Amino acid sequence: MNKIISALCLLLLSNAAHAAINLFACEPEWAALARQLAPDADIYTATGALQDPHRIEARPSLIARARRADLVVCTGAELEMAWLPVVLRESSNGKVQPGSDGYFEAADAVTMLEVPSRLDRADGDVHARGNPHIQTDARNFLPIAAALSARLAQLDPAHAGAYRQHLAAFEHDWRAAIAKWEQQAAPLKGVPVVVQHQGFPYLAAWLGLRQVAVLEPKPGMDPSAAWLAQVLATLQRQPAKMVLRAAYQDGRPSEWIAQRAGIAAVELPYTVGGNDEAKDLYRLFDDTVARLLKGLQ
Amino acid sequence: MFDIKRLCALVLLGLASHAQAANEAAFNPAFSLILSGTYASLRQDPATPATGFAMNPNPGHEQGFNIGESEMGISANVDPQFRGVATLALAAAGGVSVENAYVQSTSLGDGLNLKFGRFFSGLGYLNEQHAHAWDFVDQPLVYAALWENQLGEDGVQLKWLAPTELFVELGGEMGKGRGFPGTDRAKNGSGAGVLFLHVGDDIGSEQSWRAGLSLHRTRAVARESSKVPDLHGNTVTDQFTGDSRTAGLDLVWKYAPNGNIKERYLKLQGEYFRRNENGDLSYDTGSGGTNVTDSYAVTQRGWYMQGVYQFMPRWRTALRIDRLDPGSASVGTANATNVIANYAFKPSRTTLMLDYSPSEFSRIRVQLANDQSRQNLSDKQLFVQYIMSLGAHGAHSY
Repeated sequence: MNKIISALCLLLLSNAAHAAINLFACEPEWAALARQLAPDADIYTATGALQDPHRIEARPSLIARARRADLVVCTGAELEMAWLPVVLRESSNGKVQPGSDGYFEAADAVTMLEVPSRLDRADGDVHARGNPHIQTDARNFLPIAAALSARLAQLDPAHAGAYRQHLAAFEHDWRAAIAKWEQQAAPLKGVPVVVQHQGFPYLAAWLGLRQVAVLEPKPGMDPSAAWLAQVLATLQRQPAKMVLRAAYQDGRPSEWIAQRAGIAAVELPYTVGGNDEAKDLYRLFDDTVARLLKGLQ
Repeated sequence: MFDIKRLCALVLLGLASHAQAANEAAFNPAFSLILSGTYASLRQDPATPATGFAMNPNPGHEQGFNIGESEMGISANVDPQFRGVATLALAAAGGVSVENAYVQSTSLGDGLNLKFGRFFSGLGYLNEQHAHAWDFVDQPLVYAALWENQLGEDGVQLKWLAPTELFVELGGEMGKGRGFPGTDRAKNGSGAGVLFLHVGDDIGSEQSWRAGLSLHRTRAVARESSKVPDLHGNTVTDQFTGDSRTAGLDLVWKYAPNGNIKERYLKLQGEYFRRNENGDLSYDTGSGGTNVTDSYAVTQRGWYMQGVYQFMPRWRTALRIDRLDPGSASVGTANATNVIANYAFKPSRTTLMLDYSPSEFSRIRVQLANDQSRQNLSDKQLFVQYIMSLGAHGAHSY
């Protein structure tokens, strides 16, 4: 009886609120995924593709948006620790605090890489739970989508059926897309690459890229000229095909190395909106694979 | 059969105690430590207050090498309802002072946020910021003279965030009136009250702003100031009893290309405070003094404007302009020939800053100031400072 009453109440409440879930996405990739799984949701994206996701400020606008959110969807794994705790605390929104149903971390759904065996700031900006840049492996979106869809259904049971349908459609299309990307990216297997920031282990694991050097001496530390010269020396012994960076990063270190080592500098969109082509999740990976293949030539 | 059961029980017990031990460590609060130090080269005695502000506090500076205060922060959720925060300042000469020690509600909902204990008041923009987050070595003159750098309060704060897309936050505080301009009195009820309103938003993806309005009210009882110059050319001790009302405006605007603060950004901010004090002044209350009491009212004002520019990753430069106006006091007839009513001087200061942050956790800073806050005592000041933070990665507020 109680269950029926509460279900009815939820139904009434959700109808009164016009049923739209108010979703606060920390990064553009999760906003794009949410758009696939809950097209009717009111989705706000807290950060842009051209912003360093480690370095965001707890701006008043973010606090005001978090106050109205029913669900906060973030990468987690400490990627947002410089700003999200303040935003959530100041929002005074009990629904979306860490640990509650309205707080979702994508990193919980995937296997983390580069989990550090020791935690010391002398090693730079390391994250205790592992490398947080999980969105560069397209396969990661499948378990994250399933977990996010389940969470949406839990928060909005009246539309659980619709969420299941959207998930099934997404999974079907996404599997086909992964197969296509993997086929296109076959020539990339075993290709040696340099990365500017330690931000591509998931992409490398997925497509079989072989990372031979990093331009940042420690995670989050800008490379000095002396360090770059050292990387260049490494590349003379161990040549790479291209140097990768994310759209939000300063292009100068990559270009410097690319010129001297005679390799391609490849700027990847990194997330939805990282360039004009990466307008949605599908086109993000279309463009990523296309740019990597172009870097091979 | 019985043995297997016992074995199972032992295994379970062992597992349980193992889990407990692990959890106890995991429940440790977040711990952080700020190490900072300053070298200051000054031409004038830092104990001399700004002209016209001898009855206000003068936090001043320390000359030469000075490790300043090391600040220790501890915070954690208490339970599902509350979060606790303590900040202890370890003074260079020894001794520990409690800077912050408050409890904050975490689950009131509806945009309500309750804080109680000892905290920095939410008035203005800079008041809530801890020293390690300042953009300069010191606070603006208006904060130094009107709030003794920062208004701390023992009391209760209630904030409400409106459910609108525009950030609108309304807050109220009641407290003991512990810090200047209040006087710490033992009495029932509240010794000081604060009201503040904050409004803020983004303009596109590159700009953001916050504006604020603050009101503060307290009553001072026998608030003593020593070394106050008088009309006879002496310095005396005075006492003020009366009402103190302050109104403030603050505005912050930030810009970063593509909204990416890692590379470059510009931050402009300004604050204005106006304080009216109305009551009785007891002139020359020191031992053997004449001790004459009559009415006294004055309106003091001050403002600062500053710009911080991060011109490349890790490097920032800043300029700050400070102004104070001691106002013209109405002094009762009994003290008309004793108390200076009009100093006919407006203190000012111009400050330049350059800092370098090797990482998010360390910062090294050089600061130059042309201090004209004391009449006929022009001061050129040089500061070198380091600020290092260890431990928990504290998220910074806007």
